[in-house]
Amino acid sequence: MRPFVLGAVAYDPKVVAIWDGFKQFFEDHGLPFDYVLFHNYERQVAAHFAGLIDVAWNSPLAWVMTERIARKKGRKATAVAMRDTDQDLTSVVVVRADSGIQRVADLQGRKIGVGAADSPQATLIPMRSLSLAGLAWPDGMEVRHDLLLGKHGDHVGGERVAAQALLRGEVDAACMIDSNLLAFAADGTLPAGSVRVLHTTEPYDHCNFTVLDGVDVGHVVPFLSLLLGMSWDDPTVRRLMDLEGLKAWRPGRTSGYEQVDMAANSYGPMNELVDQA
Amino acid sequence: MRLDLGPLSLARGGHLLLRRALAAIPVGGSLLVRGDDPELVSHARALARRWGSSFAVEGSDVRLGPPEWLGGRWRGAERAGESGAGGVVEAPPQTWGLAARGAAVEVGAPAFAFRLASRDEVWTQDAGRFYLQAAAAQWDPATAIDWGANFELPDEVEDAVVQLMTYLIENETAALIVPARFCAQVHPHFREVMQVLAIQAADEARHIEVFTRRALLKRSAPALSTAGGQASLKTLIDEPDFALATFLLSVLGEGSFLALLRFLERHAPDPVTAAVARLTAQDEARHVAFGLAHLERHTAVDPSLLSRLANAIEGRHDALRETAGLNEEVFDALLFIAAGGWAPASLQRGWDAVVSLQAEMDVGRRVRLRRLGFSESEAARLSGLHTRNFM
Repeated sequence: MRPFVLGAVAYDPKVVAIWDGFKQFFEDHGLPFDYVLFHNYERQVAAHFAGLIDVAWNSPLAWVMTERIARKKGRKATAVAMRDTDQDLTSVVVVRADSGIQRVADLQGRKIGVGAADSPQATLIPMRSLSLAGLAWPDGMEVRHDLLLGKHGDHVGGERVAAQALLRGEVDAACMIDSNLLAFAADGTLPAGSVRVLHTTEPYDHCNFTVLDGVDVGHVVPFLSLLLGMSWDDPTVRRLMDLEGLKAWRPGRTSGYEQVDMAANSYGPMNELVDQA
Repeated sequence: MRLDLGPLSLARGGHLLLRRALAAIPVGGSLLVRGDDPELVSHARALARRWGSSFAVEGSDVRLGPPEWLGGRWRGAERAGESGAGGVVEAPPQTWGLAARGAAVEVGAPAFAFRLASRDEVWTQDAGRFYLQAAAAQWDPATAIDWGANFELPDEVEDAVVQLMTYLIENETAALIVPARFCAQVHPHFREVMQVLAIQAADEARHIEVFTRRALLKRSAPALSTAGGQASLKTLIDEPDFALATFLLSVLGEGSFLALLRFLERHAPDPVTAAVARLTAQDEARHVAFGLAHLERHTAVDPSLLSRLANAIEGRHDALRETAGLNEEVFDALLFIAAGGWAPASLQRGWDAVVSLQAEMDVGRRVRLRRLGFSESEAARLSGLHTRNFM
């Protein structure tokens, strides 16, 4: 039987441990499974349409790309599953506590530190959210921290560098996911009382498993059934779930992608990719 | 339910209060959280996602539902026996690993590879008592011995003392390495055995220190180390079986050493040598007692061990058949120390003392072999096969 092949982006060495573990888990439960790692999401999306993989573990931006290309080609993309922790995230815009910046409007003309250009959580979504709150973006206002482009900000590095730039006074605000604000406060990157939250985005969803029409249902059904049946109470899979940062898999939903979908319009490289598809 | 965090941040310790309050939410209830930290909302949202709580903002406060995942990590956790010595189990799983005996061990902990993991193989009920005694009897080499004591010995006597110290240092090095190696192989569930072996190694570390210090008190270098002596000790280091190594080292070797150290204390030509011999003999007596207790239990559970012990002595005897036995430098040093000088009558007295020391060692070995269950004649035969190097 041909294995069910998953595509994932190698944003960290632990990705190998994660998918090796999942491969073992699926095969122990009777589903032939293999995976392919990509350097970047753009390559993964292209491979998905080329039929090289059956399911893609996609960032929110990769999901939007896949959905747009599918629409253009008259095909259909479906988000079949996601982590519990992929649902209802927010990003925050923080400023130095003593900065005197009280409203979003006070940021006009200042430098705003964001993550990588393709990071939904640290760049695209918060910038759009600030725009909706009235901010304009003349040249030089957005200070990008382009760590590991192509990995859509999965790597925490860009957000941490933006936070450090804020403390050093190189930027006047920094954008990050809410859980990274908590992590940076806890690990001392942002000392107690050094920053405050100026603005919070609306909740949005993060990664999902994406399949395209024509995928073998005989594979997808057991894949989903095994995935959704994984229990954090089961010590044999708990390590994998801890590594991947979830307590339970949820059925996929697309209601949480409106913000990234709108924000992606301003991301040139993606539009080119869709145009060329 | 309500929780007021005041100025405390959820990123800086407040999560403990939140977790405690969430755990106490009754069925169908929720928790309203307020606080002065400006990041309360975003921190609470991230924690709610992590713990599986519902989340809603109410003005400047937040409302959280019962956490789905709090404490789930401990479902199915297993107690690693009971904390007391009576709670030792026959075969502790390797996944209990380093956990304190009696602790709740999370399922999925990694399996270690502690080789000595069976109660019959390592345990003795007296281990805890031996450890406590040893811990209470630790002495400080810097203060327990008067290193500044004023004495001068004739050159030949000082040389004899230095030769004996050189011999003692290499023997005690073997006596350190053997328990240290097994200490690292004992399943930590048998905590008291691990502690006894560790403190035994620490004892030997002090012995090496004081013998070295006495050797170098009046001389710039130690004396001679012989191939035969090292060959004998190497058979101890090379013995992979815990019971057999304990038998050869503690019961026979250190047992013989006990007599040697008492001999040295009795005939010491100076107060420093006397003190060094007295203090180290105290520790060695404890090592012998523990080794005997351990093997007495072991042979009671498994009588076939007796023949393996006998084979070990015979095997070691065969391995050392081609070596010279106790080197003459050590023998002559003992003789000279007991004689105290060159007068023929003194030398005769020294010779007699060394001969009776060897007889005393033989009697001690036979008594200990009898305690383990060997017959009178077998004990006599096996004692006679013990290495002529004493240890």
